[in-house]
Amino acid sequence: MRVAVASALRSYTGNREHVAASGATVDELLRSLDESFPGIRFRIVDEQERIRVHIRIFVNRELADLKRRVSENDDVQILCALSGG
Amino acid sequence: MAVMQRRAGQRKSATRRRPTSRTGDRASRARRLATQPRIALLVATRKGAFFYHANAARTRWRVDGPHFFGQIVNHVMLDPRDQRTLLAAVRPGQLGPTIYRSLDLGATWHEAKQPPAFRKAREGELPLSVNYTFHLTPGHASEPGVWYAAVSPPALFRSSDGGVTWSGVDGWNEHPMRFKWCPPEDQTPDGSILHSVLVDPRDPAHLYVGASGGGSFESTDRGESWRPLNEAVEANFNPDPYPEYGQDPHCMALHPLRPDRLYQQNHCGIYRLDRPATRWQRIGRNMPAEIGDIGFGIVLHPRDPDTAWVFPMDGTSVWPRTSIDGKPALYCTRDAGASWQRQDRGLPREQAWYTVKRQAFCADVAEPVGVYFGTTSGELWMSPNEGRSFRQIAAHLPHVYSVVAATLP
Repeated sequence: MRVAVASALRSYTGNREHVAASGATVDELLRSLDESFPGIRFRIVDEQERIRVHIRIFVNRELADLKRRVSENDDVQILCALSGG
Repeated sequence: MAVMQRRAGQRKSATRRRPTSRTGDRASRARRLATQPRIALLVATRKGAFFYHANAARTRWRVDGPHFFGQIVNHVMLDPRDQRTLLAAVRPGQLGPTIYRSLDLGATWHEAKQPPAFRKAREGELPLSVNYTFHLTPGHASEPGVWYAAVSPPALFRSSDGGVTWSGVDGWNEHPMRFKWCPPEDQTPDGSILHSVLVDPRDPAHLYVGASGGGSFESTDRGESWRPLNEAVEANFNPDPYPEYGQDPHCMALHPLRPDRLYQQNHCGIYRLDRPATRWQRIGRNMPAEIGDIGFGIVLHPRDPDTAWVFPMDGTSVWPRTSIDGKPALYCTRDAGASWQRQDRGLPREQAWYTVKRQAFCADVAEPVGVYFGTTSGELWMSPNEGRSFRQIAAHLPHVYSVVAATLP
């Protein structure tokens, strides 16, 4: 499926906004992304398997957690919250 | 007329001597500069890292950067064992923390394959995740490739492959007293940290660490076990002002030529400890009373164990943590803390409310020693003469987190 990646993560994707990934859940999708772009998952999910505080994942524009099931035609977005300064 | 002739002769003679003298001075200076180490300042800021390369005289600085633009960089360290490997502790605002490695002095960077991370929490345990790596220390000279990373929340990680992969030092991270030494609810503004990982140059198994709100600790078995080392160090924010642990060391330093000598700038004063003694001496009591002995960093002279510098900050009432009265100054001891001398020539005379963080204060190994500091307001200052005078290297940088004076090949 096609995944939109926030600008802060594009150093992993060769500066591509949209990348392909596979999996039956958001968790599997992120593991698939990490195989293609090593290191990207740890920037999104911490060592306790929690999505990081300033990251949001949306599936078909609905907020999703790691267990959310996904399918080939879903629209997945990995976004960074507004923060910092 | 005779007088005029003598004067003329004197002038002529003097004219002949001056070039000889200048030539001699130049030759002497050239010889001295030829033996000086190449210094680069590794400046880590809230918005990236900047490297300042000095000419031999340390009068001109060429900037290289920003590296990791827009990302929070807590510390950049050069490996003194190969003088080419750089590690950088990096965290963007939104993403998780990581460590980057360069084998070409920053021309290219590669991310750690396995950055510092806690193990998955077991049922009923507090689930910990690394918020950021605060401090990087190369291991012992006999252990090339070994590095230590001290992180927030306070924990210690070790790499044996030059920073590519990292594992927890279980002797600290799993210690049964760990949450008593460093209570998880005890949060300083950026979160509690482990810092000041000191490796005894005589023994790779002998380590010290400092923990904010936890105290100083020692290990003699490469980190497998630890014991508090806080005797006579004040914790005036604690009901018992001299507890076994719970103190707040801001920065610890060990002298490389006399490794039994430790200094620390603590939340509650400046201390020295000469091992095997275990009782710290509050050498900050010898600071001028109107200045006090509060600060973040402490810097040692690379060749003289009796010489150290501190940057006092305002620790009154609500702890502004700025230069006292808006008049920044270093204080230097040449006698291991028995007396202190103010050093402020060239620094602003008033209305300069500097905060210098604990890792933003350092010295190089040149002769005379250069002393450097960076401020949270983005200024970078140096003294080329052990604090006798100061000049500004840079301004308008982001908030400076650390300044490391690296010796290049």
